[in-house]
Amino acid sequence: MMRIGRRGLLQAAVVTPLATPALAQLTVTIDRGTVRPLPIAVSPFYGADAALQDEGRRIAEVIAADLGSSGLFRTIDPLAYIQSPADLAASGPRFAEWRPINAEALVMGQVSTLAGGERVVDFRLFDVFAGSELRGLRFTGTEAEWRRIAHKIADEIYARITSETGYFDTRIVYVAEDGPETARVKRLAIMDQDGANHSFLTRGDALVLTPRFAPDGTTIAYLTYAYGQPQIALIDTGGNERLLGGFEGMTFSPRFSPDGRLLALTLAEGGNSDLYVYDRRSETRRRLTDGPGIDTSPSFDPTGGQIVFNSDRGGSPQLYVMPSGGGAAQRISFGQGRYGSPAWSPRGDLIAFVNQQGSDFHIGVMRPNGADERLLTRSYMDEGPRFAPNGRVVIFSRTDPQRGRTRLYSIDVTGYNLRELATPLDASDPDWSPLRR
Amino acid sequence: MRSLALILSLLVVAACSSTEPGEPTLDTAVPSLNQGQGAGFSPGSQAALQAEAGDTVYFAFDSSAIRAESQAVLRQQAAWLEANPGVIVTIAGHADERGTREYNLALGERRADAVRSYLIGIGVPGDRIRTISYGEERPAMAGDNEQAWAANRRAVTTVGAVS
Repeated sequence: MMRIGRRGLLQAAVVTPLATPALAQLTVTIDRGTVRPLPIAVSPFYGADAALQDEGRRIAEVIAADLGSSGLFRTIDPLAYIQSPADLAASGPRFAEWRPINAEALVMGQVSTLAGGERVVDFRLFDVFAGSELRGLRFTGTEAEWRRIAHKIADEIYARITSETGYFDTRIVYVAEDGPETARVKRLAIMDQDGANHSFLTRGDALVLTPRFAPDGTTIAYLTYAYGQPQIALIDTGGNERLLGGFEGMTFSPRFSPDGRLLALTLAEGGNSDLYVYDRRSETRRRLTDGPGIDTSPSFDPTGGQIVFNSDRGGSPQLYVMPSGGGAAQRISFGQGRYGSPAWSPRGDLIAFVNQQGSDFHIGVMRPNGADERLLTRSYMDEGPRFAPNGRVVIFSRTDPQRGRTRLYSIDVTGYNLRELATPLDASDPDWSPLRR
Repeated sequence: MRSLALILSLLVVAACSSTEPGEPTLDTAVPSLNQGQGAGFSPGSQAALQAEAGDTVYFAFDSSAIRAESQAVLRQQAAWLEANPGVIVTIAGHADERGTREYNLALGERRADAVRSYLIGIGVPGDRIRTISYGEERPAMAGDNEQAWAANRRAVTTVGAVS
């Protein structure tokens, strides 16, 4: 039993299987550039009355949207379903009624209430062709937590089918942009990864840039122009703000260490930008680089032992890796053009970056030693790649000058499944939260 | 008129110290000073700085080198600061959008400091010059072409400390 959520009410427990547990594996292999999406039916969850049935339908819709957005699943239209939610709840799945609509996997569930009004949501995942149950869990949470429960169910299904950790119960922080190009109003904004529960964290009276989640998922470091000299501030999801004080020059490009104790950042003094590591507990700093070139955009590896960063010490902006405790830096980018904005995957296997060649911008990935470079995108301007917590998906912003808009996009690290994320305004500088607990 | 005479003498000193060939000469710069005085700008104001010296210098792509034509503008700024001794200025460094946001913040800082260093080098006290970088955040000209990018790679001298 895991306890999650602010009030500790959202909980999960394994439920007794209705059908034979699976022996064979129903899987999607996601290491190739293209996949055959797995056809999956997500039945509206059953509820004993109309209100619970409506909630059950909405839960199924969120699950289906999550799975579909990954590009690894093809959700089958509920209009094609033969067996009803009530019949599923009463008798379990009749697989012969799911095979004709080519559903290879089936999700069913049930919503009920406890005396205090809390919701109990059961879900079960079946391999339709084997006629076996792959996963069954019971979630308990508040009425308001129904979307999170749906995301957690989608994460369970994704994990069971792909053998990768899910990323649907997560949030995105980004910079919402408004107004003319020469006088943009920028505000920090936060939303669920599917765009729901959108809110603004700052008012737009001061320029703000580059928000980055701490590993706790609730603290966000960012650059603010609200106090004269541009500097890094910390804000929580409730909007409480404080400055990271004690620096005599401009500080920018904040990135947390994986344990959240350290912030790597850039300090500009006398026109020269160098990397520092700031210890949040002792409020002390350690200088990492010391040279006339620009050193910026640091990003920790998942062990916290290494940092990838952007430097023009060799004459043009390139990517370098160095120990986070200080030491020699190794250049890792050797392709065409200019490199920037490196982000180390939480899995440790890849570094995402921006590559600029002539009039084109690309988002790309490479191994931490610089090998196996692959450019995933190409456009007038793609910027700011950051990884989903499972390291499978990269989020970034794209500016389209023809349409006069800048929006958030995600793409699988294989280069497959480019998708625009819906935002109410223009959007840039996204960061993906850790999986919520 | 005392201040104008001072400006002229300073300009001559600055010109003597420069050996760059093919620069705009002082003869082209001096009339603009006279025009500025004649127009009656509020002394020490941004409008006065803009009219009497010029407040903006431009840079090549990914460069913070002070160009020859920029040196002439900065010498006029130095003279103007000498003539307006109470004024503190902030140099705002800017970049075009053709780079990553954080690299451009560093580049804007480097450009602002290049201007500050040049002004100090020709005699302006360092404690009168602050710097700030806006990176690619405050373009002067909208557009997705070289003309706009060139207009945005700039450092603007602004009357006042960082607010």
